[in-house]
Amino acid sequence: MKRETAANFIKGAKHGLPIGLGYFAVSFSLGITARNAGMTAFQGLMISLLNNASAGEYAGISAIRTQAPYLELVFLILITNARYFLMSCALSQRLAPGTPWYHRMLIGFDITDEIFGIGVTHPYPLPPAYMYGGFSTTIPMWALGTMFGVIAGNILPAVAVTALSAAIYGMFIAVVIPPARKDRVILILVAISFAVSGLVSLIPLFAGMSESLRIILLTLVISCAAALIRPVTEEQEGRA
Amino acid sequence: MNTHVWSYIFVMAAVSYLIRVLPITLIRRQIKNRFIRSVLYYLPYVTLSVMTVPAIFSIHENPVCGAAGLVAGLITAWTTRNLFLTALGACLAVLAAALIV
Repeated sequence: MKRETAANFIKGAKHGLPIGLGYFAVSFSLGITARNAGMTAFQGLMISLLNNASAGEYAGISAIRTQAPYLELVFLILITNARYFLMSCALSQRLAPGTPWYHRMLIGFDITDEIFGIGVTHPYPLPPAYMYGGFSTTIPMWALGTMFGVIAGNILPAVAVTALSAAIYGMFIAVVIPPARKDRVILILVAISFAVSGLVSLIPLFAGMSESLRIILLTLVISCAAALIRPVTEEQEGRA
Repeated sequence: MNTHVWSYIFVMAAVSYLIRVLPITLIRRQIKNRFIRSVLYYLPYVTLSVMTVPAIFSIHENPVCGAAGLVAGLITAWTTRNLFLTALGACLAVLAAALIV
């Protein structure tokens, strides 16, 4: 049992390593934003250590810069991190039913897009040690990247900052595409999501809507439509 | 100003944690409902897709740069299935496009 736990931890740490490298690049550019908002390197380190959320942190840092009211801050974080609520629901289905509460409270601390990606695609049941292994190589990289971004951000030329900011989208794509290769329904769903999201942003009626709200609404509408048209089969769930 | 920033950080952290920890801690049984299972199965792919498009087109004032990153990311992800290589591919394509346009 102990040896199995260690093996799961090491497997998670290995799978987390490339994610951690990507995190470092992404959070470095987040650190540049934090620096522009007047934050210190230590604050940059802590905001990433405690939040582990790219979109949520971007939103929060903009709230810090404009000194938005606390209620607005809470609403912003709820919206930008709402998908983690749904990912947490999905992960609860991957844990063995007897998994104790303290494991659940620890795993809940770091449900990110990428960690969710490796967790939800792990064969059932998902061992907590695998998640902790993933945390061990990603959380420090995310936090340190932000800190170094604050310290060194101004040294980089603007074109490098632009290029680095593509890293986060590369990571989103890398989570979506491998399962899409295995499941044609996901592939079509991704194509439809790209198209609908792009088109909606061009319609003046929706242009005034905040990006976060658009993400939430489109996610719910498209996912529900897919669930009605193509209810998931056990074969699909086992494969992806 | 400094304590102000810290209180923002702690409020953010509390909200971020609660939103993540409540479902995984409170939902203890397998969800049997097929519709909910289906929504949960498809949802992450839809969220990440709608977060990528159209946002990736605005990383540079010329949307061609974002498009280059998107195409390079899709190709790298399809062929390598590797997170780091995909992020790298997208960054390099954007860099190349930004230097050309």
